[in-house]
Amino acid sequence: MEEILSGKTGEKIILLGNNAIVRGALESGVQFVSTYPGTPASEVGNTFFRIAEEAGIYFEYSTNEKVALEAGAGASFSGLKTLVAMKNFGLNVASDFLIPLCYSGIKGEMVILVADDPNCWSSAQSEENTRGFANLAHIPILEPSDSQECKDFTKLGFELSKKFKIPVMIRETTRVALQASPVRLARIVKAKGKAKFIKDPHQFSTMPPRVLEMKNELLEKIEEMRKISEKSPLNQIKGRLRSEKMGIITSGVSYLYVKEALKELNLKMPVFKLGFFNPLPEKKIQKFIKKLKKVLIVEELEPYLEKETERLSKNINPKLQIWGKNVLPVTGELKPEYVISALAKFANTKPKFNFKSHLRKFKKLEIEKRFPQLCSNCPYWLIFSTVKKLAPKGTIFGGEIGCYMLAAYPPHKMQDYLFCMGSSAGIAHGIKKATNQKVIAFVGDSSFFHAGIPALINTISNKSDPLIIIMDNRTTAMTGQQPHPGAPAKGEEIKIEDIVRALGVKYVKTIDPINVKEFEQTIKEFLEKKEVSVIIARRACIRI
Amino acid sequence: MKKKNFNIIISGIGGQGLITITKILAKAALIDGFDVKTSELHGLSQRGGSVETAIRFGSKVDSPLIRQGGADLIISLELQEALRACYYASKDSKTMFLINDFVKSIPGTKKPDKSQVLKQLKGFSNKIALVPATNICKKELNKEVLAGIYLISLAVLKGLIPLKAFSVLKAAKKIVPDKYLELNLQTFQLAQSYTLSI
Ligand SMILES: Cc1ncc(C[n+]2csc(CCOP(=O)(O)OP(=O)(O)O)c2C)c(N)n1
Repeated sequence: MEEILSGKTGEKIILLGNNAIVRGALESGVQFVSTYPGTPASEVGNTFFRIAEEAGIYFEYSTNEKVALEAGAGASFSGLKTLVAMKNFGLNVASDFLIPLCYSGIKGEMVILVADDPNCWSSAQSEENTRGFANLAHIPILEPSDSQECKDFTKLGFELSKKFKIPVMIRETTRVALQASPVRLARIVKAKGKAKFIKDPHQFSTMPPRVLEMKNELLEKIEEMRKISEKSPLNQIKGRLRSEKMGIITSGVSYLYVKEALKELNLKMPVFKLGFFNPLPEKKIQKFIKKLKKVLIVEELEPYLEKETERLSKNINPKLQIWGKNVLPVTGELKPEYVISALAKFANTKPKFNFKSHLRKFKKLEIEKRFPQLCSNCPYWLIFSTVKKLAPKGTIFGGEIGCYMLAAYPPHKMQDYLFCMGSSAGIAHGIKKATNQKVIAFVGDSSFFHAGIPALINTISNKSDPLIIIMDNRTTAMTGQQPHPGAPAKGEEIKIEDIVRALGVKYVKTIDPINVKEFEQTIKEFLEKKEVSVIIARRACIRI
Repeated sequence: MKKKNFNIIISGIGGQGLITITKILAKAALIDGFDVKTSELHGLSQRGGSVETAIRFGSKVDSPLIRQGGADLIISLELQEALRACYYASKDSKTMFLINDFVKSIPGTKKPDKSQVLKQLKGFSNKIALVPATNICKKELNKEVLAGIYLISLAVLKGLIPLKAFSVLKAAKKIVPDKYLELNLQTFQLAQSYTLSI
């Protein structure tokens, strides 16, 4: 049995933030878990995938994040305690459902884990900040800073969800999700009771005019929860006010850098650490900033807390000097040295270590960039080299998210556009409608199921003729080889070629890219077709 | 043990097993009664590009990341990656470099000149040890991927990391899958006979 399951009450074990979320859910008696993989959230699903059966929990990799959230909601409407996990981009996919879900509220407690990736360590497409959903969806958001808090906040998330009957979000960032640190374990709880969906359209049918009532109910719930936030030990002030009247407001991993910076600079000032990002303890923040001359807001990415502090200071301390993004970056993650330097400026002192001259010296080093690469015997090598050889000059290569996006780097450099999952064929259609240029769009097998099918249908129903190559490596490779509907862990697979044919695509061929001749022949032939054609390039990822 | 936390950067290339050796050291630190934090990256960053992990232990660790110029020890599983890790090295911190004498060439670039690399490293640290870990593991155990285990074993055995060798072994037994455990223990033995010169 894995330590995460066998670990005893009181024992201290090292857990990744993501695994601490798993343990927190186990200690809360979670019954239903759904997810679609995405770094840096993937370990939540990976771990449940391994332990669910032993733990007596239902777990599924859903087709995409929206379906994962809907599945979790269905289970919750039937009374089950539910966890749904995804990365930031996944929440975009799920958001169409998330917003009304917050209106209706839930039955069984529901926690939604979302992981952001400041610095785009494991993300293409954007440096998205999920905090924006606080206002968009009016969803409560808790922000842990280390593994112990990941576990504790998850448990609190379930409690809040139970009390207010709405989903609660835990927002991690990469340095929390993939930070390993000791966690004190409590008892794993086994939830009992049978699930049953009890009809209640008053709650579950979001139709006007009721929907506006629901919105008001949600806003009231958030205001009610704010009272808890005002008193919660999660929102804690550490250190007392000194004659300089300076203070810091921070949350998540930034708090840890603040502690480090205070030590390094040998400074003392009060630090307001927020565990609730939404609803914020507004009164407590006002009380904190009322007595300050200067406040430094330490947060990654966009200045959400800074703007809130500005708003809250207006009536009670209009002269307050608010520092934040004037000394910290909006793009990229924070690092301890950034916070040390910012705090030094704020407090009008100097760090002992000269970061600037050290950086100058470092930048003078001659270091070649090492790009990520396909594994040395990855079947994609064959696919890209064959396609590159045969594509007429000027062919546009449509890329997407997955291991196949590594084609962007040398030696291939075959990625003329790259956006989100499912978009390569969607954009290819528009280009084909607008021009007579040749387009080859790559789609991963997991991505095809996730969001590629509607795009393919669009090329058929609105009649365009890109060549779509489905990179069928029998797994969701980039995020760590998770199964998908075309290559399930057990049970019957859904065949991609069956779907494509059923949609009416005439030119469909499944090819093992190792058969280079056949592959070449087909590419040549399909590129001449006046309607959409699909090659399913099938050869398993070497890591499965 | 001094009051200050002990800060280790492990750098290398995706696929060299950095995460496993990071886990072993973290667990060993916990066994020895320290607070400990590590930081790692997954997904895209593991696809054969440059990778680094951080391990910090001591009486109380806050940040999971090590600050610029703040490493006590840098273990690099590849020569050129040691240069990249100079970001964390400084003479103020008396950073020690333990480097695998192994080059994984970067396509489209010329092979790095070892003496040139060492010269550049000297701008950041006076304590540099170059150890042919990959060659030793290939020759003796026929498995290059053990180089990481070899280097952390060496670091612990030669006192470069203030953790007990016994704790590291105990941690390895819990973390390494059963089928590879014997090979890992052999690697540890092998490191015992190496004479380290700095
Ligand atoms: C909406 C959304 N969810 C999840 C991710 C994370 N993600 C990045 S690559 C990838 C794997 C895609 O798998 P597949 O299409 O099979 O391509 P492969 O990696 O196997 O080449 C996933 C899930 C994302 N970028 N966007």
